[in-house]
Amino acid sequence: MMLPWLLLIPFIGGLLCWQFELIRPNTAMPRWIALISMVLLLVMALVLWVSGDYSLSQVVGNTPEWQSQFQLPWISAFGITFHLALDGLSLIMVTLTGILGIMAVVCSWKEIDRRIGFFHLNLMWVIGGVVGVFLAIDLFLFFFFWEMMLVPMYFLIALWGHESEGKSPVSAAIKFFIYTQASGLLMLVSILGLVFMHYTQTGVFSFDYGILRETPITGVMSWVLMLGFFIAFAVKLPVVPLHGWLPDAHAQAPTAGSVDLAGILLKTAAYGLLRFALPLFPETSQAFAPIAMTLGLVGIFYGGVLAFAQTDIKRLIACSSISHMGFVLIGIYSGTLLALQGVILQMVAHAFSAAGLFMISGQLYERLHTRDMRQMGGLFGRLGALPGFALAFVMASLGMPGTGNFIGEFLILFGAFDVAPWVVVIASAGLVLSAIYSLILMHRVYWGPPREKSTIARLDGREYAMLLGTLVLTIALGLYPQVVLDISQGAMHEVRHWFAVSPSFAG
Amino acid sequence: MNLTLSHLIALLPLLIVCATVIIVMLGIAWRRHHVATASLTTIGLNAALVSLLAVLTVTPIRVTPVLLIDNYAVLYMALILIAGLASTTLAHAYLEGFDDQKEEFYMLLGCSVLGGLTMVASDHLLSLFFGLELLSVPLYGMAAYAYRTRLSLESGIKYMVLSAAASAFLLFGMALLYAESGSLAFADLGARLTEGGGHASWLLMGIGMMVIAMAFKLSLVPFHLWTADVYEGAPAPVTAFLATVSKIAVFALLMRLFLSAPVTDMASLHTIVAIIAFLSMLVGNLMALRQDNIKRLMGYSSIGHLGYLLTVVVASDDLALLTTGIYLITYVATTLATFGVIALVSSPWQGSDVSSLKFYRGLFWRRPYLAAVMTVMMLSLAGIPMTAGFIGKFYVLATGVEAGLWWLVAGVIIGSAISLYYYLRVMVMLYLHPIEEQQYDASSDWGQRAGGIMVILLALAVLILGVYPQPMIVLVSGATLG
Repeated sequence: MMLPWLLLIPFIGGLLCWQFELIRPNTAMPRWIALISMVLLLVMALVLWVSGDYSLSQVVGNTPEWQSQFQLPWISAFGITFHLALDGLSLIMVTLTGILGIMAVVCSWKEIDRRIGFFHLNLMWVIGGVVGVFLAIDLFLFFFFWEMMLVPMYFLIALWGHESEGKSPVSAAIKFFIYTQASGLLMLVSILGLVFMHYTQTGVFSFDYGILRETPITGVMSWVLMLGFFIAFAVKLPVVPLHGWLPDAHAQAPTAGSVDLAGILLKTAAYGLLRFALPLFPETSQAFAPIAMTLGLVGIFYGGVLAFAQTDIKRLIACSSISHMGFVLIGIYSGTLLALQGVILQMVAHAFSAAGLFMISGQLYERLHTRDMRQMGGLFGRLGALPGFALAFVMASLGMPGTGNFIGEFLILFGAFDVAPWVVVIASAGLVLSAIYSLILMHRVYWGPPREKSTIARLDGREYAMLLGTLVLTIALGLYPQVVLDISQGAMHEVRHWFAVSPSFAG
Repeated sequence: MNLTLSHLIALLPLLIVCATVIIVMLGIAWRRHHVATASLTTIGLNAALVSLLAVLTVTPIRVTPVLLIDNYAVLYMALILIAGLASTTLAHAYLEGFDDQKEEFYMLLGCSVLGGLTMVASDHLLSLFFGLELLSVPLYGMAAYAYRTRLSLESGIKYMVLSAAASAFLLFGMALLYAESGSLAFADLGARLTEGGGHASWLLMGIGMMVIAMAFKLSLVPFHLWTADVYEGAPAPVTAFLATVSKIAVFALLMRLFLSAPVTDMASLHTIVAIIAFLSMLVGNLMALRQDNIKRLMGYSSIGHLGYLLTVVVASDDLALLTTGIYLITYVATTLATFGVIALVSSPWQGSDVSSLKFYRGLFWRRPYLAAVMTVMMLSLAGIPMTAGFIGKFYVLATGVEAGLWWLVAGVIIGSAISLYYYLRVMVMLYLHPIEEQQYDASSDWGQRAGGIMVILLALAVLILGVYPQPMIVLVSGATLG
């Protein structure tokens, strides 16, 4: 019975924040309500983490192995149910959402000073939508949350965003919304196609993941339906030709928005690929794997080059996400257990390192009122501990051993080598690019001659704790990744099983 | 034919509305009183709505050769009556400040509702034409009700001229069909086509002309040119009425025609309708992109929405019937509430409507709940989950996918993507910081007024149906033809 509460807490918390502001404006109360809801969410996820048994069940049968389930009838005419379920994969994602939710609330403590309640309403609802995406296993419900979370995110960017290069945040928000919504509709059509296909085969309407997974689809139709899913996820991940919204949305979102976008919204796409696209269309996905991996390679290099060319610090980090997600895409479509485990680790580690970098850029912006790296430089001695943290996160982002990112990238490349050696060889070369743009970031912002002698406001306790917490998580993940890998192993084993049913595939 | 008690029961809603109109007219002749007239109309329409429950006990029943009162008709009658009621409450607040005769408005509205009721129950060309004219003629007067302002007058006249042209098409088409089939009943139209005796081209031309006439009323591309001007010029409650009642009535009729008249089985006709649908989706949404006037924007957006809905006419199967009901319910609730907000902001009447988008800037910070209602409506129009509009769009897509109409499905997706831009623009406008002091605003006690309560109820309905649509689906699946 905990699953619906995981979902309800953010939604109720958000409404409370808003109502509180209407009754008594301009108090810090909404922040506390939001923080408490996020802590509650995290605590519940951790309880599930500790109490559940996610160790690998060796017999991978045809029924999915859910740790807990919750099902209510919803729209019976179409066999749609309100079906939530949790396994290791969703648990990791929900926990990550809880952690990043706390960070998002804490890092906007000072930044957001107007319409606090409404801001937290939106923030909480994004989180709620994301939790819904991670828990829903009815395809209709999944789509429901997938689209629903866009609306509050839109508001976060449009109303509390920053101008960038003369462009208003509203246009960035609209771009983000149109990209994701239109591609989402493609997915809806694919879902419907799948459901009707199942209906013609069995005479039963169902949107349930477990049931639809058994539907054999072949031929052109399977390609069309698979591409519908893939495009929707590819826009969100993002995969290169569909990444147009990402730099703008990131650059112009408020810090909390960027933290959420990079930390969890991008991860919903990888989750969707792992949970839905691969198991629903195993054979087509295998046939598609070379193309997907190529797209991943393009993403690694294109994102890296793009990042190198940016002057806006947040755009740089955003473009680096494109590059990192390229690795994730390669890992997912290589389909080996090792690579899939690497994907999970990479997602978690990237969430922390990107969140850390975005928080740092938010703090720089609060102090310098610019995100233009050309106007920075020489900040190392003037900012106290902040540059030190920045260095650590940049190192994490470029995959230095000792951080989770290293383990993730290493596992992906190592695991994929069996299947696609050339892809791995080329992708490894992409790591060089990431070293270049990361160092450029450090160099331009923190090194060089200082522009002024005066020191800038140091980190206060809140900021220090926030960055330290994120850093500890990053390093802990690098030193003992087994915590996460144990939990995800069962789920990844299942994905691999579905993906590798065809004997032609050397998995 | 003998009229029995059950025939009378079946006619109750029509009779009650008819009586209401007459009483309102006599009342005005006796003594002018705005509140009393509005209340009388409200009571009459409510009574008609309640009487539908009695009608359900005798359906399906054929009353006279021209009217078929079945569950299908009852559903759309209920929808029309609710939309009529909503427009009445809006009109009441709106006309408070009107500096001319206010009372005749309700009489016109009643007449128009009567026409709508007739249309949804007709399965005969005679009652079709009768209903359509009864629906439209009072609308000319309503659109031009504030005839001292140029826009309103222009809107009324434009609507009249184009409606008259559409009626001419309709009559000519009907004549052709009659000449070929010798009957005016839907079921007989083109029956000979299946036997192979008729001239298919005459039949096609006849039915084609009828479809054109209805496309005029539904403002489908390329017969949409009047829409934006009429929507903009007509007073807000009238636009609400026009955008809902006339669309429900005409669309319900079109659907009945396509499902029951054999003449519509021609493949070429379906192709024509599919092209109209596709064009409407694209053109309507593209035209809406650059609008700064919210009423014009809604006018163009309605073109797009009717285009989506036309997918079901092309499919014409069981699921299509269900989709029609669901989409119309969601669309009507959404449209009514949107125009409700516009009418509330424009009430009481001050010479013109507050329809420029800039007046809505920052509404959230002055009237948070009103702006929240508007937000929900924009999201519902855009078809975002948690709102009823999503369920409607879901069903349209399901119908399209089931019937394999891939072009139309693509059109819905492209249209939705385009439409997001302008819906979001309206939505974000509500939340931006106001630049200067606003001249116009909904009165601060709007939430306690009838119109305000109605708008809030509609918003709740849109949210609840969006999250739990089961009751609506059950209701609509009960509304079977015949």
